[in-house]
Amino acid sequence: MLSNLLSGDYPRSRTLMAILAIIMGVLAFGPFLFPGVRAFSMMGMICVFIILVASYDLMLGYTHIVSFAHTMFFGIGAYGVAMATDAWGKGFDSVLLGAAGALLVTVMLALLLGLLSLRVKAIFFALVTLAVAFAFLSLVTQLYPITGGEDGMRVLVPRELGPAFRPLDDSLTGFSLPDAVAVLVGQSAWQDVFFDVRINGRTLMYYVAFGSSVLAFLFLLRVVNSPFGKVLQAIRENEFRAQALGYNTVLYRTAVVVMSALLACLAGVLFALINRYVNPENTLAFDLMVFILLMCVMGGMGTMYGSVIGVTLFLLAQNYLQDLLKLLVEQLPPDSALAHLVGPERWLLWFGLLFVLSVYFFPSGVVGQLRVWAARSHQMPSTLEAVELDEPKTQSQ
Amino acid sequence: MSTVEHTSESDGVLAGIGPAMRRFPDQSPHWFLLLAMMLSALVMMDFTTWLVLTLSGAAMGAMLFLMASGMTLTFGLMNVLNLAHGAFISLGAYAGATVLLFWMNDQANASSIWLNLASVVPALLFALLVASVIGWVFEKLVIKPVYGDHLKQILVTVGGSIILMQLIEVVWGSNEIAVPRPEAFSGAVVVGGIALEKYRLLAVILGLLVYGLMTWIIERTRVGILIRAGVEDREMVEVQGYRVHLLFLGVFIAGSALAGLGGAMWAMYEELITAHMGDELMISVVVVIILGGLGSVKGCFFGAILVGLINLYVGFLEPRLAAVATVGLMVAVLMWRPQGLIPVIRV
Repeated sequence: MLSNLLSGDYPRSRTLMAILAIIMGVLAFGPFLFPGVRAFSMMGMICVFIILVASYDLMLGYTHIVSFAHTMFFGIGAYGVAMATDAWGKGFDSVLLGAAGALLVTVMLALLLGLLSLRVKAIFFALVTLAVAFAFLSLVTQLYPITGGEDGMRVLVPRELGPAFRPLDDSLTGFSLPDAVAVLVGQSAWQDVFFDVRINGRTLMYYVAFGSSVLAFLFLLRVVNSPFGKVLQAIRENEFRAQALGYNTVLYRTAVVVMSALLACLAGVLFALINRYVNPENTLAFDLMVFILLMCVMGGMGTMYGSVIGVTLFLLAQNYLQDLLKLLVEQLPPDSALAHLVGPERWLLWFGLLFVLSVYFFPSGVVGQLRVWAARSHQMPSTLEAVELDEPKTQSQ
Repeated sequence: MSTVEHTSESDGVLAGIGPAMRRFPDQSPHWFLLLAMMLSALVMMDFTTWLVLTLSGAAMGAMLFLMASGMTLTFGLMNVLNLAHGAFISLGAYAGATVLLFWMNDQANASSIWLNLASVVPALLFALLVASVIGWVFEKLVIKPVYGDHLKQILVTVGGSIILMQLIEVVWGSNEIAVPRPEAFSGAVVVGGIALEKYRLLAVILGLLVYGLMTWIIERTRVGILIRAGVEDREMVEVQGYRVHLLFLGVFIAGSALAGLGGAMWAMYEELITAHMGDELMISVVVVIILGGLGSVKGCFFGAILVGLINLYVGFLEPRLAAVATVGLMVAVLMWRPQGLIPVIRV
């Protein structure tokens, strides 16, 4: 059963298994474990970004196609829903129509990009997608009457997915994890640990995102472990040889670009519904693209599980590293050079440093490293070999 | 008799012109595209506007060339794709602004052209210096371990770019800074009833100078021969006793220095700088080097002029579409010539 679900691609490390189980558990029971709004919205973002980053990994990790246009497709999905609900009012029909339109545009644009990538060398593709994504961003920013420009758009979600909808009259009881920890260190009393959970439309929306995320992830796991996925890995290792074996690599590359773009578009649709506000900054900006790249690489390229780890790590850092740095700064003399370096707004500096170091020392990311350790500690040379063979080998082009 | 001869002769000339015209786009695509763009713009606007826009576009192109030439150099000669190039542009802008605002402020504010020059030249030189020093460190720490691996180069330089931009914010603060242009270089000179901005003229001259210098070094000097040979067959050059790594290091430093110079020029042109300006300019830079053909200095020059021109022409006709037109031009050129206008390298 599990083998079927995971397509036979186990995490292959006890630690990794444990971490994944914890993440899965927390996400599945999220609204009942964390009382705050901040944690709730972050969990929603984790669900959305798992789809986005896992689909990016299909391109980057499994096929070695570097694209900088992934946020463009994400944005198309988000803006599709926003514009559709803006034009036709709230309701499931306008959301579905918007999503369908966005998917159509995505397919056409992805095919065009794929077509362009046939004409140019592989290394050009990264640069071409960079330029195209920027042109799209500038278009969205400039077309104020349609897209709201810099101001962005509010997304009208159907009533069933909004905060006003109450499917249950009674409230349920939640078990607050942060308060439980506080009790254990003697900071709080046990009765504070239990809190009331009102099930409303937003909770439903969260579970829609969570369910889609699980489905998309399992689907991608299925894809990369299918014969199709094996061809992608063959292209990654040596495109020329894959061609010589008779595979039409151009076709495969285009298919990957389109498939990955479609999933990114879907993630965009979910993002618009769960965030209920889209603007160029949160859907299309170049920064976001770099973040996706960071999440993908730090989690582990070419390991689907890496995207889950990468997204969780990154979003936790983005949300809580700043608090941590703030605490650190308070210990330092104010206005010193060091205080400027570790200020809360400098979290990205440390993350960038971590990223560069991880590219050098852990090229296969957290997941790859955990797998290597696991294989080593079990003293299984054959497994170790298999792990090392399995990791993406970067090759000179 | 003579008339018949005359006609046949002119027929011959005309017959020669036809095929020559047809061959022209393929033989010199850069001139063809440039002329086609300028002519079609001329049809759409009146002459004076056209002239002013063309000159401004050329100036913008010259600055873009300064910024892009470094990146195309490191790619063409060292096969290193440096996506942190934009951070070096920002760095140059901030270094130049530091000189103008804090160290040579009196000279920059004076109304004598010589005093102004005494602030602008040090500003440009300081930008060159800072960018080359940081470029040297960057090559040692970030790029050196990933020679010959494009994927890792992209990842590492994106990370390096984040670090550099964050460090810029640490040093200079995260607010945007206004950079006043010295008086001697603001304003315009009037030639034949047409106002030409002085600063743009300066940019064009500097761009042409750098272009000439780069072409001369790469094509005519011993260092240029060694660099080209090192790209062709690194081992062979090493066997002859030359240290190719030092050469490549030099090329990378030169590339960063040019980015810094371009950034400083741009800072005085825009008169407002942020740490992220490099990211925004990177897009134009990327379009320029793809248009020209990765690694080609000449292609980069023409690409930069083309991008500068189309930006201003379209910006005049429909301001909102300027960025889209730039990328559209790139896509069109790639469909026509996948290697860019003047390709030099085999990727």
